[in-house]
Amino acid sequence: MDNHKPSKELFVPVERQENEGEKIARPSLSFWQDSFMRLRKNVGAMIGLATLIILILMAIFGPYMNQYGEFEQDLGRAKMPPKVEGLGWLGMDGTLSATMSGATVEQATTNANMRFNNDEEFIKTSVVSDGSNGEPAQVKAVYDVYAAKDMNDQSFWFGTDGLGRDLWTRTWKGTRISLYIALLAAAIDMVIGVAYGGISAYYGGRVDNYMQRIIEILMGIPNLVVVILMILILEPGIISITIALTITGWISMARIVRGQILKLKNQEFVLASRTLGAPDNRILRKHLVPNVTGLIVINTMFTIPSAIFFEAFLSFIGLGLPTPIASLGTLIDDGFKSLQIYPHILLFPAIVISLIMIAFNVLADGLRDAFDPKMRE
Amino acid sequence: MEKLLEVNNMHVSFDTYGGEVKAVRGVSFDLNKGETLAIVGESGSGKSVTTKALMQLIPKPPGRIKEGEILFEGRDLTKMSEKQMQKIRGKEMAMIFQDPMTSLNPTMKVGNQIMEGLIKHQKMDRAQARKRVVELLDLVGIPDPESRLKQYPHQFSGGMRQRVVVAIALACNPKLLIADEPTTALDVTIQAQILELMKDIQKKTDSATIFITHDLGVVANVADRVAVMYAGKIVEIGTVDDIFYNPKHPYTWGLLGSMPSLDSADEELYAIPGSPPDLLDPPKGDAFAPRNEYAMQIDLEQEPPMFKVSETHYAATWLLHENAPNMEPPASIKKRMEGMAKSSSSNEKGDRI
Amino acid sequence: MTRYILQRLGYMIITMFLIATFTFFLMKFLPGTPLSAADKLSEEQQAVVLEKYGLDDPVPVQYFNYIVNLTQGDLGISFQFDNREVTTIILERIGPSMTIGVQAMIVGTILGMLLGLVSAIYHNGFLDYGSTFIAVLGKSIPSFVFAGILQYYVGVKLGWFPVALWGTWQHTIMPTIALAIFPLAIAARFMRTEMLEVLGSDYITTARAKGVNKFGVVFKHGLRNALIPLVTVLGPLAIGLVTGTLVIENIFAVPGIGEQFVKAINTNDFPIIMGTTLLIAFLFIFIILVIDLLYGVIDPRIRLAEGE
Repeated sequence: MDNHKPSKELFVPVERQENEGEKIARPSLSFWQDSFMRLRKNVGAMIGLATLIILILMAIFGPYMNQYGEFEQDLGRAKMPPKVEGLGWLGMDGTLSATMSGATVEQATTNANMRFNNDEEFIKTSVVSDGSNGEPAQVKAVYDVYAAKDMNDQSFWFGTDGLGRDLWTRTWKGTRISLYIALLAAAIDMVIGVAYGGISAYYGGRVDNYMQRIIEILMGIPNLVVVILMILILEPGIISITIALTITGWISMARIVRGQILKLKNQEFVLASRTLGAPDNRILRKHLVPNVTGLIVINTMFTIPSAIFFEAFLSFIGLGLPTPIASLGTLIDDGFKSLQIYPHILLFPAIVISLIMIAFNVLADGLRDAFDPKMRE
Repeated sequence: MEKLLEVNNMHVSFDTYGGEVKAVRGVSFDLNKGETLAIVGESGSGKSVTTKALMQLIPKPPGRIKEGEILFEGRDLTKMSEKQMQKIRGKEMAMIFQDPMTSLNPTMKVGNQIMEGLIKHQKMDRAQARKRVVELLDLVGIPDPESRLKQYPHQFSGGMRQRVVVAIALACNPKLLIADEPTTALDVTIQAQILELMKDIQKKTDSATIFITHDLGVVANVADRVAVMYAGKIVEIGTVDDIFYNPKHPYTWGLLGSMPSLDSADEELYAIPGSPPDLLDPPKGDAFAPRNEYAMQIDLEQEPPMFKVSETHYAATWLLHENAPNMEPPASIKKRMEGMAKSSSSNEKGDRI
Repeated sequence: MTRYILQRLGYMIITMFLIATFTFFLMKFLPGTPLSAADKLSEEQQAVVLEKYGLDDPVPVQYFNYIVNLTQGDLGISFQFDNREVTTIILERIGPSMTIGVQAMIVGTILGMLLGLVSAIYHNGFLDYGSTFIAVLGKSIPSFVFAGILQYYVGVKLGWFPVALWGTWQHTIMPTIALAIFPLAIAARFMRTEMLEVLGSDYITTARAKGVNKFGVVFKHGLRNALIPLVTVLGPLAIGLVTGTLVIENIFAVPGIGEQFVKAINTNDFPIIMGTTLLIAFLFIFIILVIDLLYGVIDPRIRLAEGE
């Protein structure tokens, strides 16, 4: 086995460095540094974060990017399709199109023209199928709305709604309102929930007992029912919707905070700190708060999209913000009314709300993974 | 003696976000039929990974067997497909796990869990399998087996569960039994019972056993040969007598020195300073060098090869090189070793027939 | 076990009673009586109308009558539809709601579970990323947006299924899909997490060490253990479906409870609002009870604890 022939000089004892054996090879990272590092590695979460930042910036500055006001009505320009210079290839060329069928090509063309009030000057028709294969002939008509209304100098980037209001402005204003309601509701939920859960768990005993009974009763009442009843009483408005959302929304936060604090309170590291004589204040600041913060952040990140959803949902069942205020919910509700012919009215608010929801969910998932110590390698 | 298992230069790595963790770095040993080999070492020394690799139970990815061969009755397990391995696992080699609280399926009746292997490997029908399960439960010392087999694991105590785990492993009379720290998770009194059970089973069956532990007391009790692992390598291997009476590797000295014995009540226990190296980036030279008070310049530069001490005894330390100065273990450890040798040898004689 | 069920039923009745009381007094605060629909009535006529609805009694009497009627399944008379009992209206409309709700629940959870299983088995593979992507979209995109996309592209543009209304089996398809996407996403994500955790547990290694093949490991040993926690999300899922039907029924003009409820809100038809609210509350509580009982059936550990 001894096939090495190392030189003799090497066989001398070395002075052992005192602490070499104790050295920990990996750099030490604080909890937040470590979490943030892992969050940054999560591509999905970072895309989500970027999307959110862009959407929030648009909600703030978007409405000022063109000359149209939120409530500027003009029936003369109602239901204009979206038009963006240079984005014609995306279908945002300010035209409406329809494919109509008829027994013959002529019949189909007539039908196609009729679809756009026979405004033939601005209609381009093209034959899709001439009906020679036994099926009805199909003709596609493309109607240049901007030219027909003599508004070639203008462009509504997201089109206009049934009252001629610019949807670009309204979409971003609506985003602003929806985000405002959601953030406010999430913040209130957080404050009440953390306070309630924290007090309940920290004081324990009888206080905890009573506070938990209250929560149990509230939990039994479906939040959908509470929200609807509250709105019925309070009359829809930004504040009343926010209140309705928070009236049951804080419960889950309170339960999570209470559960976590109860768990932490009896863990060895807290007991150790207590044994060493740490005052309550220090235990709270150094042990409980840092260990609950992650959970609070994650839970809040999940509350926000659900608040946005509920706001939109309320608009849908007729309990949303009163006209003419725009929120993503009211815009989508409007969009459904003319979905079949003017899908663009629904399209843009729907895209925005979906993007917000996806971004928040992905980011919240990423945060949860990043904060979860179990995932640490 | 017929060779049952031969492991040659096995390397196992895990690919993690941080890089490649070299958990096992060139392990070679062999095992004869009916023999018991103990593998000892600290946590993280690669004992468990070695044995999981034997059964091809390493999760892939992230784990992989980088090189080397595992010859089981002449067949190389590393080249076998998952399908072929499924025919070997449980039938020819079986495993007893560390934690009986988690190694049984909580939603499956105990009897069914034992039966599974019988039905699969021995093509028994349920009635036959059931009969065999009752026998097995009886063998591992579970009273009232007829009614116990209809119960769920949570209705068993920790010690009883470990007996069930043993029964599962024994079900098909495997040629090789791997016990991965079978007593670590148990109370001391239960530990003794399970050890007795293991020894009993060794007598009754002719299975070869690989026994993983970090408890040297257990080793003296059950093993024929001992392999000491450190940082993914076997640093010393020999018979129980070789390792206990004539250890050559400073790490083995440390292990023996850190074991309390009744004779040395007045002495301080020896503690190996420091902690094992990060296997993400193993140090150059001898991995043990930074913690080794006998380290020489060469230990920091070259990895020591295996030196042969006797036919059965090998150790990987430069101290055995012809050029090395003559180093003796410190007197306290030496004395302790002698004391232990006396007590364990008398123990040995009492136990073995 | 029986005692446990009885106890739970007791709690359920108390909660329902509280909700009924709460709803009743909230409605009393609200403006609007059956008169607001037809306010050009003489005083005598008004009195007749008020008497018909029992609104001429003092509030405590009204409350008492309301609760007594409630115990007999009588939810009062609709303001909007003259002389029509709320109970009858609800019973008429429960069919379509149940149809799409149950279909969506079954389709959603089963497909979701399969998706989650595939994800877990091919962890970090292409299929895993694919199904995770679907799950994130399904969880995030609001059901009404999804319904809009379906209605426009599949209904209007492609014309595969009826755009809206009720009648044949085909009419149920699009509302079912729109409703099913949320439970599908949640079930898929949950199943994936649970299955991954189960597959990483020691008893799975034990099973593999026995020589059990991949199929046996996943379905015989893994599935049941992964299903136990999944049962806990079934409750919230079913509740989510009830919420979902309110909008989906409106979008697809399904003549169900949800559609009726929204109509009632827009016409201040309080008896119907109250009746439907109570029904929804009942459904919520009932679902949670059923889930809890189901949990006991599926997990032997709980089953035994109850039995002792």
